[in-house]
Amino acid sequence: MPDVQALVNDFLNKLKKRKIEGSQATSRQTAELLRSVISQQRVPYNNQAGALIDAVKAVGEQLIAANPVELAVGNIVRRVLHIIREEDLSLTTAAMAGLNLSAVSDDEDDEERDDLPVLSAAVVAAAARSTLRPPSLQTLLEDMPDTAAIPHTSSSGGDSEGKSKSADKSSRSRKLKHDVIEAVNELIQDITTCHEQIAEQAVEHIHQNEVILTLGSSRTVLEFLCAAKEKKRSFRVFVAEGAPRYQGHLLAKELVARGLQTTLITDSAVFAMISRVNMVIVGAHAVMANGGVIAPVGLNMVALAAQKHAVPFVVLAGSHKLCPLYPHNPEVLLNELRSPSELLDFGEFSDCLDFRSVTGSPLLHVVNPTFDYVPPKLVSLFITDTGGHNPSYMYRLIADYYSADDLVVKRRTTSGN
Amino acid sequence: MDPRRAPRTVSDPKVRQVGFFAPGAAIPDRSQSGPPDHISSLPPTIADLSPSGANSLSPVMIPPPRHASAPLSPLRRDTVPVGSYNASDFMPATSPTAATSSSDDVAWVGRGGRAGAASSSFPGGGFDMPAASSVPASGLTTVSVVNLPPGLSEKAGVAAELQNDRTTHSKPLKEKMTKAERRALQEAQRAAKAAAKAEGGKAPPASSGAVSSANAKSAKAAKPSSQKNDNVTVAASEKKGSDRPPEKDRKKDVPQPRMQYDDKSRVEKAKKRAVVKQTEARNRVELFRHLPQYEHGTQLPDLESKFFQLDPMHPAVYKVGLQYLSGDLCGGNARCIAMLLAFQEVIKDYSTPPEKTLVRDLTAKIGSYVSFLIECRPLSISMGNAIRFLKNRIAKLPLTFSESEAKATLHSDIDRFINEKIILADKVIVKHAVTKIRDGDVLLTYGSSSAVEMILLHAHELGKQFRVVVVDSRPKLEGKLLLRRLVGKGISCTYTHMNAVSYIMHEVTRVFLGASSVLSNGTVYSSVGTACVAMVAHAFHVPVLVCCEAYKFHERVQLDSICSNELGKHFWFL
Repeated sequence: MPDVQALVNDFLNKLKKRKIEGSQATSRQTAELLRSVISQQRVPYNNQAGALIDAVKAVGEQLIAANPVELAVGNIVRRVLHIIREEDLSLTTAAMAGLNLSAVSDDEDDEERDDLPVLSAAVVAAAARSTLRPPSLQTLLEDMPDTAAIPHTSSSGGDSEGKSKSADKSSRSRKLKHDVIEAVNELIQDITTCHEQIAEQAVEHIHQNEVILTLGSSRTVLEFLCAAKEKKRSFRVFVAEGAPRYQGHLLAKELVARGLQTTLITDSAVFAMISRVNMVIVGAHAVMANGGVIAPVGLNMVALAAQKHAVPFVVLAGSHKLCPLYPHNPEVLLNELRSPSELLDFGEFSDCLDFRSVTGSPLLHVVNPTFDYVPPKLVSLFITDTGGHNPSYMYRLIADYYSADDLVVKRRTTSGN
Repeated sequence: MDPRRAPRTVSDPKVRQVGFFAPGAAIPDRSQSGPPDHISSLPPTIADLSPSGANSLSPVMIPPPRHASAPLSPLRRDTVPVGSYNASDFMPATSPTAATSSSDDVAWVGRGGRAGAASSSFPGGGFDMPAASSVPASGLTTVSVVNLPPGLSEKAGVAAELQNDRTTHSKPLKEKMTKAERRALQEAQRAAKAAAKAEGGKAPPASSGAVSSANAKSAKAAKPSSQKNDNVTVAASEKKGSDRPPEKDRKKDVPQPRMQYDDKSRVEKAKKRAVVKQTEARNRVELFRHLPQYEHGTQLPDLESKFFQLDPMHPAVYKVGLQYLSGDLCGGNARCIAMLLAFQEVIKDYSTPPEKTLVRDLTAKIGSYVSFLIECRPLSISMGNAIRFLKNRIAKLPLTFSESEAKATLHSDIDRFINEKIILADKVIVKHAVTKIRDGDVLLTYGSSSAVEMILLHAHELGKQFRVVVVDSRPKLEGKLLLRRLVGKGISCTYTHMNAVSYIMHEVTRVFLGASSVLSNGTVYSSVGTACVAMVAHAFHVPVLVCCEAYKFHERVQLDSICSNELGKHFWFL
């Protein structure tokens, strides 16, 4: 699949060079890329889901390694993997049900259909276990190491009736890819429309004569505020500029263009002004499994100030930003330090930097982090496209969107299949 | 955030080890942080009370009775006649608070910074002043040295208690005055004002100035003893004359409310008197209607064109006003010194017009110059205090003085003010503060404060190994100037912007902040963003030290930043 590989390489390049701005664009492009990978992947008759999963994992691993800080890439890879598993599971159960095995569990005396009921029972039981219960060590040990156990067992059972099933299988294989691609399309659709869905909830939260504070610029926040404005709520917005890129200026201009009364303040004035603010609404870069937020730099300070003044701190995040990983030392590991030239011009301190200290180390360091970690206790509410949630609830959403087997996206080097 | 943060000594910022290494140094909180020179001169009881000593008493220990420590004498006390210090009023009131208010976990976090500061702050402790007025003159003989033991534990206790007061997020090393002392202080001020009004202002204004300036809520603000000398005698003399009922004057002694700019009639009146024509800003922020919002861009050329028409304006004052307007001069101390030097020139060139008294005319002239300066840029609190001092000195001039004598007196008064209240005070602050800096420290500072800069440079000269994090913010980006000066002297620095404070606070061991003023309810009034830094430091359990000279203290109160502020020029921002 040379063209797919070219696409993958192209995307990898863009990720490495940080050419794609924003998690929404990244997610959409990742999803589209994976869709191409899936559609061009040739699947064998047996173990199709496994093959698809492997292919996606191979590509996903590279994508994640290209920009580990951009968590949206990993999220989408895991979402697609979850979709594959789910589609396969639903197909399997449908196929098994379609083979008229409703009374399967009691009919063990029937010899002709000895293999089949047992298999189907086992398959159905395994399927039931994996969906209903969180993965435990027992379920992991019961299933085959290759998580595509279901097609595997069905294929082993199918040896005895291979020919009768071959027609089914080929149709099933086509169906699997088809279903998966449909689901991925839905995912892309969700990503694209997340702003509207979040903005629909704006009316519940913003009321008349309120004062809202935000920092930097986020498209989600912009849409959110404008949706409230559409519903004839009049409120004021304080926008903090958001050093070092000062994107708050852009947001302020946009808001003014749409008729909202806006005041632009410096980041240092956040604490001063927050005593007069009713609500803080911000966007996020990523939401972690414990409810913590990876947010643009400066938002931890805003969250602390909001907590001191008992102002609700609301985070808007599309579901593609929800990451199933728990943050360990996020200020260091999930952070990027950008160029110091955003703070100091390169030649600015050249006259006084010749002085070397005794140890010979340079005298001047400039730190320019991109992200801040906001712990879950500082967040009052998450507003996602599925509604409003508490930070302690976020882990439940993960179970909906992701499978536990995909937390580490690594292609299996040992092929037991 | 773990409640008891292990110290992270990151001496080499290239290697950012956060949380995965064993700290090499011993826990710094336990090290002797008291100033060696002071402690050595004190008897061991003080060292015992310092919690970081090996034979330390617990912080809740009730201090030894005063008579046992009578021979104690911090260096400065020797020269002070201590006429008005009444430790007996002071001690019993405060020791219970000391005993009860130190909670263990809270106290220990700040221990390294606070206790050391407490033990070293006595020479500057102004908390002996407030009991001044309630004691008859005959009883003013006790020695003030006994303040040391109660003060030590009291300070530590109060400092711990302060950690629970989150209203201001500032942590000055200050003492809390009990009700009795506050009332005593108010009585003194009231009496001072009453006497001033009654007698045409002879002695009291100086003492009220002294009392308010001696409200040393920050232990770091030391007052030179000679200054105390002067004020003490004055205070003693005027107390005798202040037997008139204070109730009548109670209302008049409430500080005048500041001009609120949404009061139309007063704004109109002020405009008529104005020298500089201000055009109102087009987009006024409603929240700040009570503050002046003017277009500042037009003033400079306007003033320049008017130069030859402004006859009453002295050129020195004009020059200072222009410097304020253009932003060349900034910083509380610099502005105050420049203004006082300009006033010195004014006084030197002054000659009394016929049929007028020097006192009244000069006061009126100074008043008009001050209005001009206000129009150029609103006064800082330090400048306000200096002007009040000057007016008091003018009013205090004996009528028998000739003009040249009066001018010479005022000239020397101004010199003394600058020398004692600013220059010497800074020296004392630096001397105390460098004892708070240990080897391996990572110190964070915000913006550009002259006091903090002096501290850092002096500590570097003393050979201490530390590095500095300079946090900067718009619109003025003053941190760059500080950074340049520090790097030029060879101090290893890290530079970030305000938003990255949360990121960098992991590595920081101490925060030093400067202040424009410390208000009567304990709030620290400083450049915008200081509160953010202090709040984040608090969230990360990093001690915050505020350095402020005593002459910048003020009696008013303020709850948040909206009540009273100075709105900057918008062209600095966009």
